[in-house]
This record gives sequence, structure tokens and C-alpha cells, in this order.
Amino acid sequence: MSLINIFSDYTLRTVALGSALLGAMSGVIGTYAVLRKQSLVGDAVSHAALPGIGIAFLLTGSKNIEWLLLGAFISGWLSIYIVNIIIKHSRVKYDSALGMMLSVFFGLGLVILTYIQKIPDSNQAGLEGFLFGQASTLLKRDVIVMSIVGGAIIIIVALLWKEFKLLSFDPEFCQVSGFPKEKLDLILTTLIVIAIVTGLQTVGVVLMSAMIIAPAVAARQWTDKLSVMVILSSVFGGLSGVIGTIISSSTRNLPTGPVIVVIISAISIISLFIAPGRGIIWRRMRDKKNKKRLNRNIILNNIYNLSTEGNGTQGYSLEDLSISKGDFNFPINTLEKELENLETLDLVKVKDKKWYITEKGINEIEDFRGGLGE
Amino acid sequence: MNVQIEIQLIAIVVALACSTLGVFLILRKMAMMADAIGHTILFGIVVAFFITHDLNSPLLVIGAALTGTLTVFLVESINKTKLVSEDSSIGLIFPLLFSIGVILISLYAGDVHLDTDSVLLGEIAFAPFNRFVVNGVDIGPSSLYVMGTILIINIIYVSLFYKELKISTFDPGLAMVLGISPGIMHYSLMTLVSLTAVGAFDAVGAILVVAFMVGPPTAAYLLTDDLKDMIFLSGIIGTISVILGYWTARIFDVAIAGMMAVMVGVVFLLIFFFAPDRGLLSIMRRKKRQKYDFAQISFLMHVINHEGAEDEREELGKNTIHEHLGWNKEFVKDIFNNLYSSNLVYIEDDIIKVTEKGRDLAISNAEEIVNGI
Repeated sequence: MSLINIFSDYTLRTVALGSALLGAMSGVIGTYAVLRKQSLVGDAVSHAALPGIGIAFLLTGSKNIEWLLLGAFISGWLSIYIVNIIIKHSRVKYDSALGMMLSVFFGLGLVILTYIQKIPDSNQAGLEGFLFGQASTLLKRDVIVMSIVGGAIIIIVALLWKEFKLLSFDPEFCQVSGFPKEKLDLILTTLIVIAIVTGLQTVGVVLMSAMIIAPAVAARQWTDKLSVMVILSSVFGGLSGVIGTIISSSTRNLPTGPVIVVIISAISIISLFIAPGRGIIWRRMRDKKNKKRLNRNIILNNIYNLSTEGNGTQGYSLEDLSISKGDFNFPINTLEKELENLETLDLVKVKDKKWYITEKGINEIEDFRGGLGE
Repeated sequence: MNVQIEIQLIAIVVALACSTLGVFLILRKMAMMADAIGHTILFGIVVAFFITHDLNSPLLVIGAALTGTLTVFLVESINKTKLVSEDSSIGLIFPLLFSIGVILISLYAGDVHLDTDSVLLGEIAFAPFNRFVVNGVDIGPSSLYVMGTILIINIIYVSLFYKELKISTFDPGLAMVLGISPGIMHYSLMTLVSLTAVGAFDAVGAILVVAFMVGPPTAAYLLTDDLKDMIFLSGIIGTISVILGYWTARIFDVAIAGMMAVMVGVVFLLIFFFAPDRGLLSIMRRKKRQKYDFAQISFLMHVINHEGAEDEREELGKNTIHEHLGWNKEFVKDIFNNLYSSNLVYIEDDIIKVTEKGRDLAISNAEEIVNGI
């Protein structure tokens, strides 16, 4: 089971295509959610979509993806609307309102699912798949619906590129510049809800929020440019969708959603560590380098100060340097090691266990002080 | 005790244990962290189960509770790098741990008497079947004892550290100055949140725990400004939701825990609309009242400003005044009738005049407004 099957196995190809689409779509839209610090909206919307799926099934009696997604969309959107009403008209905090609506809607979803199960011959099997996703049940028409929705999202994002950019980075400026901030807000929220709802079948209500957050967090580490971030985020999302689907379909009983989420989370965490410039490892290395340079300069500065105060040709023992004035005192062995390093750079020289500053050392430290504006 | 009462009793104990801590969670804006913990304990339960092979082992509870603390630690570590905002850190960590938990269960589904649905959704209807037997005597359902113990621990914790919790919640800076470590308070609170979530998961499921932790305290927050009252009120709200939820679920024969969560939402919305001071209706009534009062004073001031002037007949004419106030005619009529019946204005020769009483009222009010500025 592997890459070869993706080309030969029709079902797997459909499923992988669907997951890739979903990853790419949520990657694009997630960028805005993450930049606007609305990551957890995804969590609330995806949980809150559950009752909508149930009600749509109850009303239409069909498991056609269009109806179920419409139901999911309405209830997901409604939950965010209620959250906004609550925080606008009371002193309840955003996170409390979000957490409460998420769990209350989810509870309602469970109530409706158990109600459906009690109806004889209701053919409800498969609705539970929305909890963790069942990519293997994706049909060709599902993928077609997903591509239409995904295409529409990308077109809207492209058309409103400037507006969304402004809204994400400087909402106040967006408003005073005469853009309809509230309307843009509404459009963006609606797009987030659509992206989430479309992914429910593959990833499930519990984990769909990760598809919004993780690709964007990963992409953010590699770039400071919005356009690059959107593209990278959709690539990461799409990639993890395909890989996750292949892995989960190769093993029995392995739900797709969690596998995709583990992969995209791994991509984000690795990005947090290794992304050039921003990543944790890079930062550590830079800090270390800076600290080393700083230590070196402090010691050199010490010898320089002592030499210019004295007659210039005098040498200093380790003990002289370690107790000499200065804001930093190094232990003797660190001092010795650093002095040896300085010697290899020809900045100091040693004779009879006394350390002298060289011409080059004087130039170096004068440059450094000049750089500090002394 | 019959099964019905046992189920309700278990749920009430769960609701009380949750809301006691939940009050501090929502005041600290940590509601979504509770949601994250609710999800990640699944991972803890699975890992602990692989080690102990016993779902009833106390080690399982402790192991899973530690996962909650681990979640908080991981979220904060990521957040501390400043590479990711706090909400994204939460949203990154909990799906990952949760997914690993689900994958482990799926892979070893055959050997494990543990399925995702029961952890995630819970089934309180089955809770009474697991009995606590001492010396061959059945003394009640074991989850009642487990949750009862957790409730007592929570109550002891909150009463012992009430002052510390209060100060570190409302003023972390002051807490530091007084020598209370906000970090220790934070982690101890979150460890108990995890413990409570683990204890409650098999009764109500991991996600609905969040409804009980966040819902009742949020509703109570709309009713009071006093921390102690808030704790008691959220306990009461939780209990009411549980009982309502149980009987509604019985009538429709649907998921009991789910219905209880729905009732938490219903009770919240009722309070949100009808709370005496902060309810939406009383806020709207107050706003309308204020708007009306202000319009009356503006009306009187308009009359005072233009009385005796050349354009008096135009500005204060009973059929033309609304044009000059720039208000809707009906509204002006309404205001006038009200002022007239309170004996503040009268009409003379089709011109609106103000009485002495009206003049005093308008001027004292205007002064009040000016002084206010």
C-alpha cells in the first residue's frame, strides 16, 4: 500500500484528492483566522456543526452531502452569531461564550443523533463518521462539491485580497479608510465556517479546528509575507491531507481525521523549531553567537582599558583580569578559555603567563566601541 | 436508591465539582483551556490504560489528570516562544494529543475495553451499573464515590486557598507582591480541573465536562458581582440544568448527558435575557428609558431657548415643532403628551409654553449634564 496505489486505485485517488482539496482550502482560510487571533473559532464552529448535520438528516431523510453541509453551515454559523450577540450585549468574555456554545451545541448534536438512532429504518449509519471523519466514504460527487466550494473560497479571497489583508493586520485603519469592516468581518467569518463545514466529512467535528490552525501556524514561521504564507499554508494543509489519507487507508480501523491532524501538527512543530530566522533552533544559535561575541568583547575591552590607563605595553595575569573592574566577572577557567580564543584570532598575545592586547585587538575594540556610539 | 435518583445524583455531583472550579476558569479567561484539557485527557486515559490495564485503577485517574497539566505546560511553552499566539497554541496542542489518543485506541481496539465514543461522549445511563462494593455490601455506584471525592477535594482547595485564588485571579501583580505565586495557583487549579475532567469523563464525556465547567459560572457571572455568590449560584444553576436535562431526555428518550448540556445553554440564555440588572431585556428597557428621559429634557430646553423670540410661532408651533427638533412627529406627540400630563408644558394660542415646574426641571437637569462634563 503506498504511492503507487494512489494512481491505480480509483477510490483512493478520489479520497486523496478530496483530502488535498480540504487541506488546501482550510490552509488558505486558516491563515486569516490565525492572524486575527480567532483560531478557536474553528474549534467552536466544528463542534457546533454537529446538530446541523443531524437536523438536516431528520428533515431531508437523505445523506446527500449538500444537505448535510448546509445544515452544518447553518448551525456552525448560528453558534458564532450567538457568541457575538452574547459578548456584545453582556459582560461575558469571548472565551467563556465560545466554550459554552461549543459544548452546548455539541450536546444538542448528541441528543439529535441519539434521537435519529431510535427511528426505525432510518439508515442513519455513517452520521457518526462526522465525529472523527471517514475519508474512505468520500464519493466523486463529494469531491466535486468540495472543489466548487474550495474554488469559490479562493476566488473570494483573491478578489478581496487587499481588504482582508487590511482587516487582518490593522482593523482600525481598515475602518477609518472607509472599508465596510463589519461586512468584511462577516464575509471572512462565513468563509471560515464554510471551510470547516466542508472538511467535516474527512476530518470530523472534533478535530477540524486543527486543519484551520496548524497549517497557518506552520506557514507563519517560514515567511513574513501574507501571499507566501497563504500559499505555503495551503501546501502544508494539502500535503498532510494526502499523506494522512494514504496512511489511514492502508491500515484497518484507522480514522482519517486523527492521522491527518498528527501529520499537520508535526509539520507545525518542526517548523517552530527549524524555520530559518524565526525558529527556536535558529534563535538559540543566534543567542549563543551573540553571547560569545559579547563575552569576547567584554574581556578585550577590559584589557584595553587597563592598557590605556597604564603604559600600554604592560601585560596582565589571569588574576589581574578576573578581579579587574567591569560589570562582568568571569570565573577564571572561562576567562582563560576566552583569552585563548582571542589569541587564536590574534587579538591578544600571551607571554610569561601575562596577556597583552595586540594592534589588531585595539582596532577591533575601538571599532566595537565606535559601533556602540561611544 | 433507585437508578433514576442515582443518575441525577451523580450528575449533580459532577456539575457541582465542575462549577466550583469553573468560576475561577472563566474569571481567568481560561475557558478554552478547559476545553483543551477535556480533549487531551483522552490521551492520558489511553496511555495510563496501557500501563495499568485496569480502567478502575486510581493510577489511571492520576495519570490522566497529569496529562491535563502537561497540556497546560505544553501550551505555555509554545506560547512563551512568542512565535504563536495563545489561542493558536491551545489549538495546536490539544488536537495533536487527542489524535494520538484516538489512533492508539483504534490500533488496539481489539485488546482494549475502551472506545473513543464512550470517552468522548460518556454514557451516564450506564454509570450506576458499576457498583462500589465493600465487604460484599453494595453501597452505591462507584462513580458517585469517585466524583464525590473529587468534589470534596475541590471544595477544600477552594476554601483553603480562597484568598490566594481571589487575589491571583483579579490582580496577579498584587498577588506577586504579597508573595502568592500566580504560577503555583495556576498550575494547582489546572491540575484539579484535569482531575475533575477525568473523574467526570465516563459519566458525561470529555466534551460535555466543558459545558458544566463554563456554562453555569458564565450564567452566574450575569447575576452577581460577589465571588462567593457566584460560586453558590453556579452550583444552583448546574443542579437545575442537570435535573431539567435528565427529565427532558427521559421524555424524548435521547442522550442524557447531551440534554443536560443543552439545558445548561437554555438556562444561560434565559438568564442572559431576563436577568434583573444585566439581562438583555432590562438593559434595553433602561436604554429606552434613558433615551426617552433625555428627549423630554431636550424638548423642554428647546421651548425655553425659543420662548419670546421672533420665530416663536414657527419654532414652537404645536404643528411645526417636530420639524425644528428634527424628530419623528409621532415621537414628538408622545413626548408632549407625557410632559403635558405631568404638568410641565401647556399650549397657549397654538404655541407650546413651559410651566415653572418644567423650567426648573429642565434647567436643573441641564446643569447636571454640564457639571457632569
